[in-house]
Order: sequence, then structure tokens, then C-alpha cells
Amino acid sequence: MGWLNIHAAVYDEAHKSIFDFQKSYGKQLIWIGSALFIAILIMAIDIRFFSQFAYGIYGFFILLLVAVIVAGKATKGAVSWFEIGSFKLQPSEFAKFATNLALAKYLSAVDVNIKNFKNRIYAIIILAIPALFILLQNDTGSALVYFTFILVLYREGMSGNILIFGLVIAFLFILTLLINKMILVGVLLGVAIVLVIFVRKNKKAIITIATFLVLTTSFIFTVDYAFNHILEDHQRTRINVLLGKDIDLQGAGYNVNQSKIAIGSGGFWGKGYLQGTQTKYNFVPEQSTDFIFCTVGEEWGFVGSFVVVTLLIVLLLRILFVAERQRSAFGRIYGYGVASILFIHILVNVGMAMGLLPVIGIPLPFFSYGGSSLWSFTILLFILVKQDSYRLFML
Amino acid sequence: MKKSYSNRRFTVSAIFIVVWIIFIARLFYLQIIDDSYIVSANRNVLRIVTQYPARGLIFDRNNKLLVYNEVVYDLMIIPNQVKEIDTLELCNLVGITKDDFIQKLEKSREYSSYSPSIFEKQISKESYGYIQEKLYKYRGFFVQTRTLRKYPDPVAAHTLGYIGEANEDLTEKDSYYKPGDYVGMSGLEKFYEPVLRGKKGSKIMMVDVFNREKGSFRNGMYDTIAIAGKDIYSSIDAELQVYGESLMKNKRGSIVAIDPTTGEILTMISSPSYDPNLLIGRVRGTNYIKLLNDPVKPLFDRTLMALYPPGSIFKIVQSLVALEEGVITENSAFPCDKSLVGCHNHPSATNLKSAIKMSCNPYFYQVFRRIIQHNQSSDRFVDSQMGLDQWYDKVTSFGLGARLGIDMPSVKKGFIPSSAFYNHRYGEHQWAFSTIYSLSIGQGEVGIIPLQMANIATIFANRGYYYTPHLIKYIGKEKTVNPEYKVKHITKVSDKYFNLVADAMYEVVNEPGGTASGARIDDIVVCGKTGTAQNPHGQDHSVFIAFAPMKDPKIAIAVYIENAGFGGVWAAPIASLMIEKYIKRKVKREDLEERMINANLMSLH
Repeated sequence: MGWLNIHAAVYDEAHKSIFDFQKSYGKQLIWIGSALFIAILIMAIDIRFFSQFAYGIYGFFILLLVAVIVAGKATKGAVSWFEIGSFKLQPSEFAKFATNLALAKYLSAVDVNIKNFKNRIYAIIILAIPALFILLQNDTGSALVYFTFILVLYREGMSGNILIFGLVIAFLFILTLLINKMILVGVLLGVAIVLVIFVRKNKKAIITIATFLVLTTSFIFTVDYAFNHILEDHQRTRINVLLGKDIDLQGAGYNVNQSKIAIGSGGFWGKGYLQGTQTKYNFVPEQSTDFIFCTVGEEWGFVGSFVVVTLLIVLLLRILFVAERQRSAFGRIYGYGVASILFIHILVNVGMAMGLLPVIGIPLPFFSYGGSSLWSFTILLFILVKQDSYRLFML
Repeated sequence: MKKSYSNRRFTVSAIFIVVWIIFIARLFYLQIIDDSYIVSANRNVLRIVTQYPARGLIFDRNNKLLVYNEVVYDLMIIPNQVKEIDTLELCNLVGITKDDFIQKLEKSREYSSYSPSIFEKQISKESYGYIQEKLYKYRGFFVQTRTLRKYPDPVAAHTLGYIGEANEDLTEKDSYYKPGDYVGMSGLEKFYEPVLRGKKGSKIMMVDVFNREKGSFRNGMYDTIAIAGKDIYSSIDAELQVYGESLMKNKRGSIVAIDPTTGEILTMISSPSYDPNLLIGRVRGTNYIKLLNDPVKPLFDRTLMALYPPGSIFKIVQSLVALEEGVITENSAFPCDKSLVGCHNHPSATNLKSAIKMSCNPYFYQVFRRIIQHNQSSDRFVDSQMGLDQWYDKVTSFGLGARLGIDMPSVKKGFIPSSAFYNHRYGEHQWAFSTIYSLSIGQGEVGIIPLQMANIATIFANRGYYYTPHLIKYIGKEKTVNPEYKVKHITKVSDKYFNLVADAMYEVVNEPGGTASGARIDDIVVCGKTGTAQNPHGQDHSVFIAFAPMKDPKIAIAVYIENAGFGGVWAAPIASLMIEKYIKRKVKREDLEERMINANLMSLH
């Protein structure tokens, strides 16, 4: 299904054959074929291989990440690719499953407890190393993916407060950018005073509120500073576009606006396969990779988009179900990692196409054009399938 | 044993499901609730390419072309396709400098790099020939053809009218027109605009993000074909028109000639005029301003827009009204009493015919007094009002004081004063014959346009009726005729009186002592009536209306020459030359012809 959509996205009158290997959909066919081969390969490999060599694989891809910074090819400002002939390989895609393996391996160890501060730090380091190197490649989007492992840590016992705290932070972050920071601080102060009046007998509560106030206020100023001084221009404008502060439809807002037009014009039934005018005539940029969802929206309409989104979410839930039925902690943690990685990709990619999230260039699993990501997702998923097929033999 | 957190799977699942719900809701909003995205998408991808139809041609009554379309060539450019060209050679071909070239290229780039814009407007046929040969060398350039109006004879400018680009008012009022479209602005071009313009077609093309055409939308399902405008066949006699305009050279005034049997207008001349070729193409703008500011007002169409006092030609109408009312007979005699109203020296008229022949002012003063006051009431004022009402009723049946249904966009009504008008001016029963006696000889408040004068001639030619004067005989190949032009308008005067007055008009031209002996033609019996309309602003106007031949008239004509003095001196000979030209197709009286053509009456005021 993903392959047909890429074909539609880059369809060109001059290249009618769907099997033309010079075109991206032809190449994607090769990737799909090879991905199938990889899947079979994984199924054939001994189950213990992945848990045994988790750190090794992890280390190997970290090395690749470093190597690509030195020897890689720059595309659109990011140094993320190795070029082998006409095919390009992106180590950061593979780093995801490698990290997942390593995290699962570490957390499943008998003597590791997430409640333990030291263990927690180690886990975060495992996640931070690839994220850091990817950041150094100038590929912020792929680096953000690593935040998704919060879900895994949460499942394995990390305090739920951190999730809530994360939400509050995100909420404050958006508010800071939307509202004048002085007003925001004023409102927070007001809320704090009201709260203090209510709990004035309880000294401990007052201290908590005061601390919270100081923290949030400093956070607000930090965000404001970071937004205006640390973020790069294009990142700032992307966020501004999303928040509706920047409505330059010919400039920074163009991608998202065109993407919304493409999806919106699909209507209920869509325009039909290869009939999408917005995507076929290149009104939406990057439509075979990051904005692939537009093609679905325009050509298959609400019905098709509904089916695709539902299938993706069902897949996630199914992975959770599979993960939960693993007898080994390694299998379960790994499964959660798979679900989290897929989840963040779906969330960000589809959300971006619909104009719900800022433009962050990460692929839609199994849909976007790109061999590395397809291979990576295939490996990710099939290691889990392999685990699952052996679950009864595990202790 | 570690604590089991397996319950937390529900939290994670819940997060996934919440995201799913948000996505579906957003999709529902984008794809089903908000329609604006479909509109935006169409705006993105669909380009409507207008197909312009050829404008209808205008023929004269002998199927000679009056107006046709000439193809002009615009050199077009698509800036981003321009590559490796010999700029200098192209500049020489088009006849521009290198600086012009750079400027034009810059300008079209500003418009769009991907879609065509005009590089050089209306290049000449010659340079088109050269450029066409070498065009293959200039990537990014192509020639687009457009049509402009063209006139084989530079005549009838007012009647034909001109076309211009639709202005904002029009494009807002009528969505058919888009800025830059051509539309009839005056004359027949304007009146027959819906017929002449045809119907624009449109091709819906799909374009990609770079504005490159990618083929037609849904295989042309929504395309419409341009329908060419219909040709219109005018009643104008081009040859007569050309001849009349040469006679009217250096004179201020107008000629209107009508075929009395049908109401078809043969000639319509307003002088001074202009060459209609001046108002086309790239020179239109400057020429229009020039004409507009010209002190002799060449753009003003006197035939339809100038209100003149008819002068003595009005006497033949007065005669009929008086006969119809029974206030005089053909043998009524009135002395030429100059104390009533001024007159020239002539013997007193012993009957109506001789009064018309000699155009005796005091005679018609007394006739009009009888029309207005014939003792229908003992009160002089009431009597006058009753008399004027009856007069008004009959005079207006001659197509006066109301807009004739001619197929032209701007026509004056003329003015025949009614009792309501005088009541308003002087107060009810505050006026009597003595107040309005100027009307008797076609002076005072009465105002008539030259077309109406020609129509009066038509009525006498037909002895009592007329067809609405019109310029277009029929439209298109199917020869559609406006049924209104087939309706006979009958005056409120019995036809038996017309022969009497027609006899008098015969005498005006053909008998010694007639005021229009200069209009006599040896082998055509011309009947006419002169007029010398007093002009408060300067020299009298010279007027003559006529029809010929007396039996089975073929032409009725009115000639009005401003500030030229006696009607018999200028207007009558010019009318007679026109009649001869129309009936014989050739003028024998070359001396007279030459004298008329060469006369310059422009300086008289």
C-alpha cells in the first residue's frame, strides 16, 4: 500500500511503468523486495542472537553514526547519508532499532530497577548517545524520536509524574510562545496566591507551590530565551506557522498549507488512485517522503485516510498486546520500544501533514519513500515477530 | 521480584487511542466539514484558458465590408525558457534597443517566469514575417495572434462606433467580461455587442506547481468551444456614405438619408468626423484624448445627439395639422404681414401651396394662431391650452418629441413643448398663442434631431406613415430581422392632405419662386422644403429636407448645416447631390459637386 502511494506521488506521464527502477517507486520496489528478504533472514536467525549481541549491534551503529558525520553526504543541511551507487543509506534509521535492543537488554537485566537513580541514568545515557550524534548530523527530527522511549520507561516503572510533568512542560511551552510572558507569569502568580490562600494552614504545601512557581517562571523565561536565541530560524518559523503566528503562505507556511489543501480536497471518497492533482503536480513538497500522507488523503479521501490511520493505530495496539504476552522482560521491553518508535513516527508525520504539529522531517512507517527507514522498520518489527514466535520457549 | 506495572499498558493504549481520535477528528474536519480546501485545490491546479471568438463583421446594404477583423501579432515571452539567444539580432528584428529588451524581460519576469506575457504588442506584419522565419532560434519567444477592428473606408465612424477594453465598472457589472476583453463602446459596436461578440469558450487546463500546462482537465469534459460572433448587415450604403462625407468636408452639420419604403437608414453623417482607424490598436489611447480635446468635437454624433430648431421645414407639419384640424383649407390666404413676424420680400400667398413654396412666415404665424386658438372656449387661455394639446397630439405622431427606436445606444428624444411644459414654466392659464407663436415657424422651444428631420421627409414620401428608422437590416446567416422594424407608424393626419403638401414641396424645388431651386435635378422629381433656422448663438443654420422621386420615393433625406445661412444655398444642393448619387449612382452636375465639396463653412459662426 505504501508503495502504491509513492507511485502515485511521483507519477509522471513519461514514466508509465511502475517497474522503472530509475524512478523512486521503482527503487522502492527493490527496497520492499530486499526488506522481505531481511524479514526472512531475521526469522531464520537464532532468537538468542539479538539479545546476546544487543550491545554489539548498538555499538556498531553508534560507530556508523560517527562515521557518517565524517564521511557522509549532506542533503538539505543534514549529514545523514552514506552513498553507495545510486542508493543511499541512512544510519540514523538503523540506530533506532539498535538502541531499542540495547535498552531492552539493559532494562531486562535482573539487577536493574528503573526506580534506582543510577540505573535510570544509565538508561538515559543509552538513549542520549545516538540522539546526540544524530543531533550532530543536524537531523533534529530523528533525534526527537528518542523521547518516545519515555513510554517504555514508564511501562517499566518510571514515575507517572514524569509523563504528567512532560505534558505540563509542553503546555507551558506553547503558552509561552503564544502569550506575552509577563501576562503568563502574572496569571501563574495569581493562581499561586489563590492556592496559597486555600492551603494557608499547610506550610509544606505553600513551599511546594512557591517552588513550583519559581520553576515554571524560570522555565517560561528559559523557553522564551531558547526560542528567540538558540533555535535556528527555520525551526522558529515552523513553530510560528503552526501556532498561527506566521501566515506567510508563500514562504514558511507553504508546505503545511499545501498539505492541508491536498488532504482537504480529497473529500469523502477521494479523487481516486493517480487522480490527485495537488500531489501529482508537485504542489506539496517532499510528498513522497515526509508528506506522503497527503497522497493518501487526496486520492483516497476520508475513507482511505480513516482506514490507514486506523490500521496504523491497530498495529500499535497489536504490538502492545504482543509485547505484553512475552514471557521475557527483554521481549516485553523490546516490544514496547517498537510500539513507541512507530507511535512517535505516526504521531509526528501524520500530525504534521494535517497541520497539527510543526514540520519535522521524519518518515511515516511503511509508507514514506526511503530504503533505510523501510529496512529499519522491517528489522524492528520482525525481531519482535521472531521473539513472539519463540515466546513459549522462553523462560 | 520486581513490582509488576502491567496495568500501565492501559495508559499507553489510551494514549494511542486518544491520538487516533484526534487524527480522525482532524481528518473529518479537513476533508468533510471544511470545503475551502477543495476550492483552494482547484485554484492551485486549474487554469482557465479563454478562447476568444472572432467578432462579427459589419456589411453595408450591398454586402460590402464596413468593418472587419485584422490579425495582429503579439510577441510573447516565457522568461525562464529564454536561453542562449542572439539578443542584438532580436532587438533589430523587433525594432527596440538593448535597454528596452532588458527592461521588457525584467517586466515579464516580474509578472511570471513560467507563464507567457506580452513582450512586444502588435508587431507589424513585416517584422512578423522576419521574426516568424527566425523564431526557432529564440527559445522562450512565440507569436500570439489577436484581432483588431479595421475599416476599409474611413467613414461612418459615429455610426459604427468603436471597441475598447472593458473597464472595471463593466467587469464588475457583467461577469462575462474580464479586464482586457474588448467590448463595443459606442455606435453599432455597442448596440449589437451581444450579437457581435459571440461567446467566449474556455479550456480548463491543469498546471503543475511551476505553472506548466499538464493537459486538459477531465479530458475536456468542462471545456466550452468559442462561438464566433454573428455578422450584421447594415442598411448603410457605403458608397453614398463616402460621397456624403466628402460633401460635408469642412462643414459642421449632418446628413441623414432613409429608404422611406422600409425605414432603412442609407446614410448617416455627422461632420466633423474622424477616421475610425484612429481608435484601434496601440494608438487608440493617445488619439482618443486628442479627439476628445479637439474644439470642433469630432466625437460628437450630431445626427442623434444634436437638438436643433427645425426652422421653416416645420411649416409643412404645421400645414397638415391645420388642415386636419379644419382651421384652414388649401385655399386659405393670409397677407405677408411683417409686423407679426419677420419675412423676406415676396408676394402675399393666396393659398397654402404658394405659402409653402415661398415659406412665408406671417402666413404660418396666422395658421398656427388658428390651430392654437379656434374658439373652443371663450377664455383665451383655456382655448390656447386645448389647441396646444390637440396640436401636440398630432405633431408627436410624426415621431417627434420622443425617442425613435433606432438601433443605436445614445439617441436624444428631441423636444416638442406640451401644455404641461408651459404650465410649469408660466403657470396654468398664464399663457396663450401670443406666448408661444415662435413654434409656428419651427423656432422657440421645439428641438429636433437630424434623424427626426429625415423621418419627417420619410413621412411625406410615404404620404402619412413611417417605419422606425434603423441601421441593421438583418443579423447573421439566418437573416434575423427585428419585427419592430416592420411595424408601420401612421400619423394622426389623414393621407388626403399629404398629397397637397407634397405638391407644394414639388413647387418649392421645381417652380420659379421656390426657395430650393438649387435642389432641382433634371430627370429626378425632387420634393423638398428649405429651412433657415435662427440661431441665437450666431449665423443661421441651413436646413433642407426632401424626398425623391415624387412618385415611388426611394430616398428621404435631411441635411442640416450649421451657421451656413439660407437653407436653399447649402443644404438644398447637397441634398440634391446625395439624391442624384443614390438614385443614379453617378453625379452629372460636376461643377455643383465641386463647389460643394470645396466649400469651407467651418469658420462661420
